[in-house]
Amino acid sequence: MLTKRIIACLDVHDGRVVKGVQFVDLIDAGDPATQAARHAREGADEIVLLDITATHEGRATLLDTVRRTARELFVPFCVGGGIRSARDAEQVFEAGADKVSINSAALADPSLISAIGSSFGAQAVVVAIDARRDAQAADPVRDAQVFVNGGRKPIGRRVVEWAREAEQRGAGEILLTSMDCDGTRNGFDCELTAAVSEAVRIPVIASGGAGTVLHFADVFARGKADAALAASIFHFGVSSARSLKEELAQSGVPVRIPC
Amino acid sequence: MHITVIDYKAGNLTSVLKTLSHLGAELTVTDGDLSLVESAERIVLPGVGHFAATERLDKTGLTSGIRSAIARGVPFLGICVGMQWLYSGSTEAPEQPGLGQFAEPCTRFPEGPEKVPHVGWNSLDIKSGSRLLAGIEPGEFVYFTHSYKAPVTAETAAVTNYIEPFASAVERGNVMGVQFHPEKSGETGLKVLRNFLNWRLGGESC
Repeated sequence: MLTKRIIACLDVHDGRVVKGVQFVDLIDAGDPATQAARHAREGADEIVLLDITATHEGRATLLDTVRRTARELFVPFCVGGGIRSARDAEQVFEAGADKVSINSAALADPSLISAIGSSFGAQAVVVAIDARRDAQAADPVRDAQVFVNGGRKPIGRRVVEWAREAEQRGAGEILLTSMDCDGTRNGFDCELTAAVSEAVRIPVIASGGAGTVLHFADVFARGKADAALAASIFHFGVSSARSLKEELAQSGVPVRIPC
Repeated sequence: MHITVIDYKAGNLTSVLKTLSHLGAELTVTDGDLSLVESAERIVLPGVGHFAATERLDKTGLTSGIRSAIARGVPFLGICVGMQWLYSGSTEAPEQPGLGQFAEPCTRFPEGPEKVPHVGWNSLDIKSGSRLLAGIEPGEFVYFTHSYKAPVTAETAAVTNYIEPFASAVERGNVMGVQFHPEKSGETGLKVLRNFLNWRLGGESC
């Protein structure tokens, strides 16, 4: 039986894992390679490394970090942040990533999706969407808006429509982050996740709002998510992927329990 | 142990190379040098992407080189599209023939409510006697990402169920294929690759 994936996300700044709320008050949370290996050992089904370094010099550091992290990692490894061209993506793949996550660059130039996919396969292209419900709209969920720059700026596109376009252009997966829920630990946006998951045939990874085991069970059942991302919940050993999965298994969610 | 890895310019070889190297294999990569296939001790054909990309194997002469190597008994492992290539072909690129080691064609998952591609960790129902999958216990999972799949036949070494049962591994003599990605399947995947690296030439299945 196909299991639901639990994906550990590491935010990386200047080669270090950081933790903070909305990318401010960053706390050092360790070495990316060490953290990734630990999450994989504890049962994470996949690792996402999200680079939040904005500088040009940071790219070289990132490639070195990706190389070191990939070296002893034998689960799928996705890298996002600052990938603006097919060449950027190629460098990240050569450094050892299996997938890249692209966000604002894909919005600015949607042909980037197929440009990367045609060389590396659709399975290697994850389109990340930062979403907020539109409280003013008749249907706040169906009309949820795409945001960029960490959720500060709406770009005038609907989430469901953009997810469909990304799929048509050859995205392999959608990583959907609810900016309304992100950082709250009050649970995922299940209605929005379900709306996107039902609109596309590619897997949807839910992100934003994880706080308890129940939240994960809920986003898999009601939210129809294929995978869920957990960032801060795993840092500093708060909750391991293993304990999360053991509890999910007890509540009937099909998950891979590592041996 | 020396492995010749075939590069047919379809996707990224980094993960496969890194993992084989981690397991102690010495690696040679070729995108067309037939002498490297003729002298190969083991051949791995990785692959992500479109079945049509295997056309390059025909154009470079690698197809006939690999066919001769297999006939000489060189252990061969195809991964993902590399496994599908062992069959007669795939409906993904009907005009492009496969190697034809297994007679049937690969086909797309049927349309329906389930998502296609099949992405994620799924289990294996392993046929007893598989040497490639020796030591893998029920309840272990491996990582898949694909929209096309091979049919279940007498040579199927493991069956996985998604929408319908399909061959997640195939094995006959020294010819093997896996639909999943052993290089991305944690300890379970490493076991599969170790079995291939430790393959005893001419050995019979136990």
